[in-house]
Amino acid sequence: MRRILVRRGLQSLVVALGVGLLAFVITRLLPGDAAATWAGPRASADELAQVRVQLGLDRPLWDQAVRYIADLVTGNWGTSIHTRQPVLSDVSGRFMTSLELVTFALVIAALIGIPLGVLAARWKGRPPDWIAGISASLLASVPIFWLGLLLQLLIATELHWLPVAGRWDRTLNAAAVAATRTHMVLVDSLLAGNLTLFVSGFSHLLMPAIVIAAYPIGLFARLTRAGLLETLGEEHIRMARATGYTERAIIWRFALRPSMGPVLSALALVFGFSLGNTFLVENLFNFQGLGSYAVDSIAALDAPAIAGTTILVALAYLAANLAVDLIRPVMDPRLREAGR
Amino acid sequence: MSGSDGVAGSADLRRGSTAAPGGARASAAGGLGRVIGYLARRPGLAFGLGIVIVLAAGAVLAPVLAPFPGDAGNNTNLMASLLPPGGVHPLGTDLAGRDVWSRILFGIRISVGVSVVVIVSSLLVGIPIGLFAGAVGGKLDDLLMRVVDVFLAFPSLLLALAISATLGPSMEHAAIAITVSWWPWYARLMRGEAAAIRGRAYVEAALLLGIPRWRVALRHILPNAIGPIIVQASLDLGGVILTFAALSFLGLGAQDPTPEWGLMVEQGRTLTSTQPWVALFPGAAIMTAALAFTLLGEGLRERLDPKGLARS
Repeated sequence: MRRILVRRGLQSLVVALGVGLLAFVITRLLPGDAAATWAGPRASADELAQVRVQLGLDRPLWDQAVRYIADLVTGNWGTSIHTRQPVLSDVSGRFMTSLELVTFALVIAALIGIPLGVLAARWKGRPPDWIAGISASLLASVPIFWLGLLLQLLIATELHWLPVAGRWDRTLNAAAVAATRTHMVLVDSLLAGNLTLFVSGFSHLLMPAIVIAAYPIGLFARLTRAGLLETLGEEHIRMARATGYTERAIIWRFALRPSMGPVLSALALVFGFSLGNTFLVENLFNFQGLGSYAVDSIAALDAPAIAGTTILVALAYLAANLAVDLIRPVMDPRLREAGR
Repeated sequence: MSGSDGVAGSADLRRGSTAAPGGARASAAGGLGRVIGYLARRPGLAFGLGIVIVLAAGAVLAPVLAPFPGDAGNNTNLMASLLPPGGVHPLGTDLAGRDVWSRILFGIRISVGVSVVVIVSSLLVGIPIGLFAGAVGGKLDDLLMRVVDVFLAFPSLLLALAISATLGPSMEHAAIAITVSWWPWYARLMRGEAAAIRGRAYVEAALLLGIPRWRVALRHILPNAIGPIIVQASLDLGGVILTFAALSFLGLGAQDPTPEWGLMVEQGRTLTSTQPWVALFPGAAIMTAALAFTLLGEGLRERLDPKGLARS
């Protein structure tokens, strides 16, 4: 078990190195001359050459790559061109904001998707199964930026159930509380004991989170159904049935937990996918997270910021994969013994 | 361009089913009645296939079907700006006064057509690399798979986004960017299939007979490994359609006069509360196309990759 973890850890390290290299390639390919951007439009040829030396652009490419990765490791992620702040501090704060959104979305997805899958498995081949299947396919096919617009139109503009955009009610003096500690409005408001802000933050999170949850809901439902159907055919379930438990008790008490393996394995993938989807959703909801930062950076052709966002998301995705590898044996004792 | 989708799909289906050892060869050889019976028992597949055929027909016949073919291009008609659905404009007009229905029709060629090109090029890159890695094994296999790992370490949308931002906003660049982020899936899948088949008796027999490795890979491993990959490609087509539309929505894909669906949603984005039809109909088109290919892929999986059913 331990050996596998060490191996997976080392593998992840190699991949992380590759991620840094790929990010280097991306920044070097970006159109426009980094030195020219840095020196400003009115720089003379001499000044430009000087900046080149200063930025290390005159060195051989491999040397630049090594320096680039060394800088990444030591926390020097460069300076964003459009915010003029260090990229690392920019992206780490924004990342926490998006992390809250994605976590919230995945909780919603689990709360809806897993029961939907249970329903489908319980009534296999009957109308509830069809409905669950059709909803899963629809949710997997909906362009989420469009779903966001649709929900904004229906739920916010027409019905006034939820606020259209933003992270909290503008009339609340939230800036003092939020954006200081964890960059997560729910956590910050609780830490400050500000219940009004908590409620406001919650209602603002709900709609973008539902939009991001669309795909995971369908996926969780599908995986739960498949896993549950497999488990329900096993010996210990027949045993439980023979003992006279109701079907409901059998599913919820005995069958569901051992069926959660596929959902758990998919968790990292879904997390990465959802983090990518914040790029499409955040700007729509005027939500100041990593996604909207990235989109702004792209619009400004801000190479260090784009590279920083890309690296951070890739690292978070790697970490999620590792975490799932760690959690799975805890949840499923069989994996502990087998050691694969 | 995308007009041949339906045909290519059914050709693959036929080839795949004869290549599958044993398999349900008999029903494929049956007449039209059998095909209809098969589809009738699978409403999802029938629905998906039906929409794909409609899309293909729409792409081919767009110049005939569209009431205002010129509106797919650079036309502007400010007199007709933002007309609601009805009359000569069944789905209304956009800000530039262009007919939304005509643009959606021509958009099939872009949104679906480009996605098909992206999937095919991803297959053309991923399959040879995966086949090579799986058939050769050893250190080179390890190295190639680590490279694949690096590409897959990015959520796919993110890598596509970063690359197309790097290359600059255009439809071609977006297509390249999605291809770069997508091929590793096929390389990994192909490698897994190839490595599994490599150990089979018939492959070892062929090698013992002195048939060169590359021939064994092409003649014996590839045909037996391709089924699940075709299924995955069909399932992925929906995802690529969504990704391409997303890039265009962010301004990194197709550019203005091009009738691309994601771009059309973006153009109607600020108008949703007053003129919702500008964004809603193109978005519905994206969803319909993505859904159709997903359902088609699931139907194909049942036929070409029965093991995959248990896997998912």
